[in-house]
Amino acid sequence: MGTHVIKMPDIGEGIAEVELSQWHVKVGDLVVEDQVLADVMTDKAMVDIPSPVHGKVISLGGEPGEVMAVGSILISIEVEGAGNAREAPAVAAPVEKAAPLVESKPEPVQSKPAPVAAKVQAPVAREANERPLASPAVRKHALDAGIPLRLVQGSGPAGRILHEDLEAYLQQGASPASAAANPYTERNDEHQIPVIGMRRKIAQRMQDATRRAAHFSYVEEIDVTALDELRVHLNDKHGATRGKLTLLPFIVRAMVVALRDFPQINARYDDEAQVITRFGAVHVGVATQSDVGLMVPVVRHAEARSLWGTAEEITRLANAARNGKASREELSGSTITLTSLGALGGIVSTPVLNLPEVAIVGVNRIVERPMVIKGQIVVRKMMNLSSSFDHRVVDGMDAAQFIQAVRGLLEQPASLFLE
Amino acid sequence: MTQTLHTTLLIIGGGPGGYVAAIRAGQLGIPTILVEGQALGGTCLNIGCIPSKALIHVAEQFQQTVHHSQGSPLGIEVDVPTLDIRKSVEWKDGIVDRLTTGVAALLKKHKVQVIHGWAKVVDGKTVDVGEQRIQCEHLLLATGSKSVELPMLPLGGPVISSTEALAPSHVPKRLIVVGGGYIGLELGIAYRKLGADVSVVEAQERILPAYDAELTQPVNESIKQLGIKLYLKHSVSGFADNCLQVRDPNGDTLSLETDQVLVAVGRKPNTQGFNLEALNLDMNGAAIKIDSRCQTSMRNVYAIGDLSGEPMLAHRAMAQGEMVAELISGKAREFNPAAIPAVCFTDPELVVVGKSPDEAKAAGLDCIVSSFPFAANGRAMTLESKTGFVRVVARRDNHLIVGWQAVGAGVSELSTAFGLSLEMGARLEDVAGTIHAHPTLGEAVQEAALRALGHALHL
Repeated sequence: MGTHVIKMPDIGEGIAEVELSQWHVKVGDLVVEDQVLADVMTDKAMVDIPSPVHGKVISLGGEPGEVMAVGSILISIEVEGAGNAREAPAVAAPVEKAAPLVESKPEPVQSKPAPVAAKVQAPVAREANERPLASPAVRKHALDAGIPLRLVQGSGPAGRILHEDLEAYLQQGASPASAAANPYTERNDEHQIPVIGMRRKIAQRMQDATRRAAHFSYVEEIDVTALDELRVHLNDKHGATRGKLTLLPFIVRAMVVALRDFPQINARYDDEAQVITRFGAVHVGVATQSDVGLMVPVVRHAEARSLWGTAEEITRLANAARNGKASREELSGSTITLTSLGALGGIVSTPVLNLPEVAIVGVNRIVERPMVIKGQIVVRKMMNLSSSFDHRVVDGMDAAQFIQAVRGLLEQPASLFLE
Repeated sequence: MTQTLHTTLLIIGGGPGGYVAAIRAGQLGIPTILVEGQALGGTCLNIGCIPSKALIHVAEQFQQTVHHSQGSPLGIEVDVPTLDIRKSVEWKDGIVDRLTTGVAALLKKHKVQVIHGWAKVVDGKTVDVGEQRIQCEHLLLATGSKSVELPMLPLGGPVISSTEALAPSHVPKRLIVVGGGYIGLELGIAYRKLGADVSVVEAQERILPAYDAELTQPVNESIKQLGIKLYLKHSVSGFADNCLQVRDPNGDTLSLETDQVLVAVGRKPNTQGFNLEALNLDMNGAAIKIDSRCQTSMRNVYAIGDLSGEPMLAHRAMAQGEMVAELISGKAREFNPAAIPAVCFTDPELVVVGKSPDEAKAAGLDCIVSSFPFAANGRAMTLESKTGFVRVVARRDNHLIVGWQAVGAGVSELSTAFGLSLEMGARLEDVAGTIHAHPTLGEAVQEAALRALGHALHL
């Protein structure tokens, strides 16, 4: 029989005192592992103190309401075996399991006589505020993985955290099984992700665009029944030889045709030089999601491309962007941008301008809706276009007329190809 | 004003902290500008670590030769040597030149733009160097430290700082060192070996007051043997007509005649002269307050090295600089070493890594303290060095080593083994179970661990 002493753990961040709120046991009680012994309170929270051992309560270290120093003896428990009375381990931070590591590690069946070593290698519980014992390489790995080493139980000599311990912790953390154990556990973890590289670039561009341009968005619904019929028909007829068409090349075509009458929309506004440049060419940026974030590869000279030529170029650029192979030229120089989330397009969006351009056309999802045509309710394929313009240089009337022109072209798809 | 330069990282100060941060940043592809007003390498390469070790080496060689000329037991016979201190200084300058040129080459290799001139902070992202304005995303302050001056002992003429002491035009006949810390003693001992009559005035009751008495005892003995006079618990009150006025413990004033006075009473962070006030940073005494990531109270403004306070050691600054560069590159990093070694290049040398017995006790640790004397080490004997010892401090419960100290000839090199064992979390058994080469001073390291376990072999 030995005595296991539990000290008042440091449950806050560097606090020196903790108030003992309530005992759940009294002297003479038999306690089992994980049974709650007491509630203690800091200025922030009430915390349960569970028992790390089976045994009988010998003495209590304080009265409810008493403010106790961190590290003072909270409770003594009589246990089987040697106990820890000589060097009492702290019941460290509540997240840390006090369960001895030896249990989880099956003893290798070996005839190696190492009784002396085994005795010394018993894991030593860490003091609550003690720095975790680990080599610089392990510490670095943990930092890279965003793991506070405090949470990792060390299996090495003197409780040293080995690479293996960290790996085990990482794997356990990654497995959904452990998360499913109690899906309602309160979570207090934070993970800081430095905004660098591509993400920083995107953040800067977006911030810049919303700060500088006077955005306004304009949404119009478009009946694409005829357009989609045409698309399906063309795919049936030529899909095998020329490749499948999505709706995007048609919309690009509609923009190209409509922009002939609205040169002020196919423009870039250099607000530092106070110059608007209108372009004869229509270089359409096509917003594309890649693993590292949003990219906008550019379909150059869309005005000179056929339907299938545009389709092919969009596919090629999207693949290049997703694979990180897009060149600088392919990612710059657009004069207007088209953004589409396909099936995720929603009903309305408010696209952010790709500065210094003055217009961006957003494509929303196609849905079949009951529409009233000539007094009859009929099912039509409807799609919204949500577009944003820079109101500093594009007037609302012009923007509206441009979108109406696009709408007219898309609803009468034959007009897309009439010269 | 010329066109504004834009960069990601701007470093003020090209000492060991600043230039290492710049090199690492360069390796990580961070556009970096480094501003230095004097010479690359800072105090360490130009007027600190390196020149002082060069001078100490000259002094040691000279004294050895003198020793042989007086009939040494080694059987070497030479005439009484003479010293051309100007040549010694030239040799030292050659080393400094080679190292600072090397730093410049490394910076160039890593595409760091070096701007020579004195920086003037405008705000947390803007610095002027003369007419040049530089804008940055991250500002790293690494301006180092300078010698503390005593108001009653202004520098000039015979009153010098360590900077002048490292470039002597002649060896003074008599030198009084004010300050019995490591800088004062390293230089005092060197000057004594070069032939000067040296006295050391220290306000506290013993030399090297930062270290425990057991550890400094061999240095004490050596100082006595070298004939350096110690004035402990004496404080300086003034200097006039080649006489240093000191007050003894009883309050009586003594007048000590001397040719030079070396003031070595410590160093303080360089916070003046570059408009640091503009940032209004939180301070920690005279140093800039930093957190475990070397971040100051202003976002994206970092401070490293001596500017951020004690311990003012080049290797700490280097490690901090490297870490800051990695932080800026987006890596998760923290400055959290198990220990930072400190070395005194006195004779004998002294090294401490981790906790001393007293510090361990103060931290509430129950520790085994064990030492092994060099008197029982064969290699030490062959080096004519028998004083000193290696001492280990380890937790009694799990034998985890929490500190190492050593004093003796050449023990500075043991800092490597000490540091590694602490960072790796070694226990006494780990060091005791590592084969140490024979015959080396390092055997004393293993023996100290063995002795802590109760079974030293050679004692």
